[in-house]
Formats: sequence, C-alpha cells, structure tokens
Amino acid sequence: MFPGSLSPVTPVQETSKDKYMTQVAEKPAVFGNALEKRPTGGPRWLDDLRGRGAAKFAALGIPTVRDEDWRFTNVSALGTIDFAAAGPISGAAERLNGYAYTDAPLRLVIVNGKFDTTLSRTKGLPSGVVAGSLAVALKDHADVVQRYFGQLADFTSRSFDALNTAFVQDGAFIHLPDGAVLDTPIHVIFVSGAEGASVMAHPRTLVVAGANAQATVIESYIGVKGETYFTNAVSEVFVGENAGVDHYKVQQESLEAFHVASLHVHTSRSSRFSSHSFALGGKTVRNDALAILDGEGGDCTLNGLYLADRERMIDNHTTIDHAKPHCGSHEVYKGILGGTARAIFNGKIIVRQDAQKTDAKQTNRALLLTDGATINTKPQLEIFADDVKCTHGAAIGQLDEDAIFYLRARGLNYAEARDMLIHAFAGQVLDGVRVQPLRDALEVELFDQLAKDLAEVDARKA
Amino acid sequence: MSMLDIKNLQVKADGKDILKGIDLHVNAGEVHAIMGPNGSGKSTLARALSGHPEYEVTGGSITYDGKDLLEMDPDERAREGVFMAFQYPVEIAGVNNSYFLKAALNAKRKHHGLAELDAMEFMQLVTEKSTLLEIDKSMLQRAVNEGFSGGEKKRNEIFQMALLEPKLAILDETDSGLDIDALKLVAGGVNAMRAPDRAFIVVTHYQRLLTYIVPDFVHVLSGGKIVKSGGKELALELEAKGYGWIDAA
Repeated sequence: MFPGSLSPVTPVQETSKDKYMTQVAEKPAVFGNALEKRPTGGPRWLDDLRGRGAAKFAALGIPTVRDEDWRFTNVSALGTIDFAAAGPISGAAERLNGYAYTDAPLRLVIVNGKFDTTLSRTKGLPSGVVAGSLAVALKDHADVVQRYFGQLADFTSRSFDALNTAFVQDGAFIHLPDGAVLDTPIHVIFVSGAEGASVMAHPRTLVVAGANAQATVIESYIGVKGETYFTNAVSEVFVGENAGVDHYKVQQESLEAFHVASLHVHTSRSSRFSSHSFALGGKTVRNDALAILDGEGGDCTLNGLYLADRERMIDNHTTIDHAKPHCGSHEVYKGILGGTARAIFNGKIIVRQDAQKTDAKQTNRALLLTDGATINTKPQLEIFADDVKCTHGAAIGQLDEDAIFYLRARGLNYAEARDMLIHAFAGQVLDGVRVQPLRDALEVELFDQLAKDLAEVDARKA
Repeated sequence: MSMLDIKNLQVKADGKDILKGIDLHVNAGEVHAIMGPNGSGKSTLARALSGHPEYEVTGGSITYDGKDLLEMDPDERAREGVFMAFQYPVEIAGVNNSYFLKAALNAKRKHHGLAELDAMEFMQLVTEKSTLLEIDKSMLQRAVNEGFSGGEKKRNEIFQMALLEPKLAILDETDSGLDIDALKLVAGGVNAMRAPDRAFIVVTHYQRLLTYIVPDFVHVLSGGKIVKSGGKELALELEAKGYGWIDAA
C-alpha cells in the first residue's frame, strides 16, 4: 500500500537524479559543521535514517538554478549564512500573539523544532486519538511511527527532505485510530527564530488517519518580525481508507526568513484529502505539496493563496500523482504580487497507466499589482492512461480593466472597484476554509496586508 | 427643463475619429432614441457619455444638469445620476451580485449625503424592484453576470437601473439578442421608470424595441453625425426603408 512499492513513474526522474549526481562537485559544502553536530538518540532505525539523510544531503547539496525544479528559485543565500541549531528561547508564549488562530483549543506548539509541552493544549482529545510530541511518540507509539515515518519524504533525491531527515529530532505526531472522528481542529504551531541569532529548525510532522477517521489539521509557521532564520519543514500525511483529512497551512514567517517545506500526502481507497495553503510571510519561500492518490475513488484538493511584495520570493511546486482509477483532483492556486516580488508555480499532474477515469483539474492565476512583479508558471501533465479528463489553465495579469470600468460606471470609485476585485480574487480560496475562526483571522490578515501593498502602489503612482 | 446638452461632440476611439460633431438636447421627462447603421457611432456616443476611458473626447462639450460632464470621472457621473446599461455587461468573478448592488447603491447614497442602507432595508428594496423584472433570488446570490444568459444579463442591467434610480439613463443596445419575452420585460422595466424628472437615451439598431418603449424623439446617426431627427414615426420609416436612403441623402 505504500508508495515505496510503486514502480517509478517516468524515466525523467531517473535522469534528474543523474543530473544531481554530476553536479555534486560544483556545489559548495554547506551546513557541514551543523551536520556533524546533528542530533542523535532515539531508536536505532532513526539514527540510521539521520545518517543516510546527512550523507545524501552532503552529496546533493543546496539545489542551484541549474536544477530543473529550482530553475527560478535561487536559494544559494542559504549557504552564506551560518545557521545554528536553536536552543531554547525565552518568551515563546508571547511569540504566539498576533497570529491567526493561535488561541485554538487544541494546539501543539513546536518552538524551533522542539515540542513545547507547556504551551501545547491537548485536553479533550477523544480516547485513542494521539496528538503530541513526535519525540515522545517515538517511544510511546514506536510501532506506528516506524511504520509510517519517512515513507513519503524521499530524501534520496530531494535535498531539503534529506537535510530535514538528517536533523530529525522532534515535531508533531497525530494519530487517529480507525473510525475516530475529531470535530475540533488540531492547530500545530511552529514558532521559529531567536533574538540576535540566525537559527535553523527542521520540524517534522506525521499525521496518520486510520480507516473511516476524520480530522482537521492546521499547520502554522510563525516568526517574529525582522528575525532571520531558516525553517525546513517536512510533513507526512496518511489518509486511510474512506477517511477524510482537511489540512491547512498558514505561513506567516518573519519577512526576513527562509522557509522551505514539503507536504507529502498518501491517500487510500475512497479517502478525501484537502489542503489549503496560505503563504503570507517569508523572504525566500519554497512550498512543495505532493499527493499520491493510491486508492480507487479518492478525492484530493490542493488549493493555495500566496501574497508577496517588496523583493520577496515565493515558489509553489505541487505534484498530484494519480496512481489508481476513479480519483478526482482539484487544484486552485492564486497569487497576488506587488513590489518586485517573484513567484513560481509549477503544477505537475501524473496519471499512471492504471489510473483510468481520472478527473484532474488545475487552475493557477496570478495578479500582478506592479510592473516590477513577476511570475513563472508551468503546468506539467504526464498522462499514461487513455480514459481520463485533465484540464489546466493559467492566467496571469493585471486587474481586468473592463471589470473596473463596469464597477465605476455603477458609482464605485477606482480604489473601491479595485479592492472589490482583489478581494473577490482572494475570496475564492478563502471561501474554502471551513474552520470559521481561522477563516476570519486569515481574512483580516490578508486584507490588512493587501491594503498596505495597495497603499504602496498608490503612493508610487502619485 | 434641460437635462443634457451636447454641443459639437467629437470623439476618438482606437485612434480613429468616430463622432464628428454631435449636437443633442435632451429635456427631463423625454425619451430619445438613437438609431443608425452599424459603425455609425451609436455605442460610441453612449460610452463617451458614461466616461469610458477608451473613448477620447477631442472636441465639443457636454452639459449635464448644469454641470460639465466631461470634467467628471465615470464613477462621479454615476453617482450624479448618469446610468448606462451596457451592451455587453461584464462578468465579474467572485463578486456576489447582491453585495455589488448594495455597494453601488450606498456609494450613491453617501455621495448625496444619505444614510447607507442596512441589509434589511436593502433586501426590502431589492424585493420590490426585482418582481417587475422577474429577477429571482438565486440570481442575486451569483457572481455579477457570471454564467448569466444574454437575457439575464440585460435584465440585470435594467434591474440595476431600477435600484439606482438615475436621472439620465442610457441604454446601449439593450434589446440586441433578446427574445420577445425578455424584450417585453426589459421594456416594461424602462416604462415603469419613465418620469417627468428622468430622461432616457435609447440606443438601438432595431425599430422593434421602440414599439415597446415609445420615444418622443428619434435621431439617426450616420458617419459620426446626426443626419436626421424626428418623432416616433421616423423609426417606422427606417424600419420600412432600411438605412440605405439615409446614407444616400
């Protein structure tokens, strides 16, 4: 049932691995010292995995723009900063203030990669449901963790997954046994950064939902304004047969932070998975979302909304792998860019030979508020089955002048007309958020940020 | 009372001179029909009146309600009571029709120093106005014009007009593409709004509309100029003879 048992999809992947190999020599050795001082302990298999992750990262290095998957995303700056593993920081509780829905009744707080028991709230979980520290789960739920951990995050070809694997120590673990239904969302909050130091964190999340289980998981990434740090997160989500998982990611890192994250999802027969990603912060951001639809009749939604201004950069790479027949996937990614911000969207859809009756739809739209903003967008369809429905569309541009005129012709002034259109643009993704307090908080945060961006655009025009 | 006074209006669009000196006087309470062959400049006149940025006024003047209309932005014109029913109403994804109408109505009310309508008052008004045009509630909850049929779009335009109660309403080929039932609905909506303090400019290619909206004056536009003006009987004459004789004259 695990993707590890699936045959490789295309020879393309093999060649790209070869390409990595040939470039090893050209890549600078980074995190070298840190790698030597990587965490140890825990079960033997984990220590072994860390060692393999470290070796693989040392070989792969930080991707360069010569790597196809990083063509437009220059993360070389990561190699120029001597990031240290973060120790405990004071005032972590205060750091939660002012971010979306951090007062959730069920929350797991991870500070610089380490689970914080005092800040976390796990009272009221239904019996059998586990939500807590990954480090603790390695002891208390060793069998479940070992069975699922690392099954999706491929460290053999993915640099940052390898780096994360090398540093695995703690994070969040959520396990729902068969039939468990959790009505209250679990909010996993990753607090990163430290005063006056450049730190890095490699948090890890493992979510396992058994058959017929149902849960909502929110991952938030937050950091204090002005702090430079590096978050390198890996999440693995397993959705059991006929189970449903709604996943939200709210990225509100400091505007000086590096944020690299990959979300790996595995779905089973008749299961439902949805992901809603909101990227509001970070200076250099890379989000990967990879879903393998590995059971008949599954349904997967990957939606995203990203905002970037100034010189910020945000890259979204998604892969939906239809491995079994009769699965549906729906994908809407939208971006709003100002300043000289850059965005990249790459949406890959794979339909394997057996995946007949696949219904895949991908839409990707970006709104450029300034002349200096840019986006590179690429749909990538690899279809090996013949009875499938796959559609994709991309639209990039400014606001529709006809629509603006129409609204003005009804009495709204230019700014009102523009705001109404931008809100409508973002609203389509926002409306997918089914956790009301999160939706409300996101709406305020989004539109506050947009108002600032638009005021800047107006100031420059005036 | 004079509502609109257009003098020697010249308008350029897409680098071409389209209107080459239009004179038109409209009093409150009157309905003026503008007819003419394709490309004569009918829609250009309507769009220039609404302040469309792609139509550049290169000469002449427009006085509306004693004020210089050309000095006003499109939205100010709207708030001052000028309404244009679009020939091709624009689809606006993600903007709820009802939300949009409320925003438009309140923008106008604010401009005139009136209190904004709350949700309850707004719904009352909507219910009252929607019956006449057979606008059903589901249409209000959809995105503006998105997925509307041609007839629904035009009805939605006239519905907006009914809500916004303009002083000067310009209908830009509102009848084009409508079947007879939709045409009757639209015409009924317009007729219900005819009032001594309101004027209409009805731009149309077909005489058919004018059997339902009976104009006080008919003007024939050709080559960017008004070449003939008359009463409602002129429309019938055009229907019988076509536009050919105008160009020849």
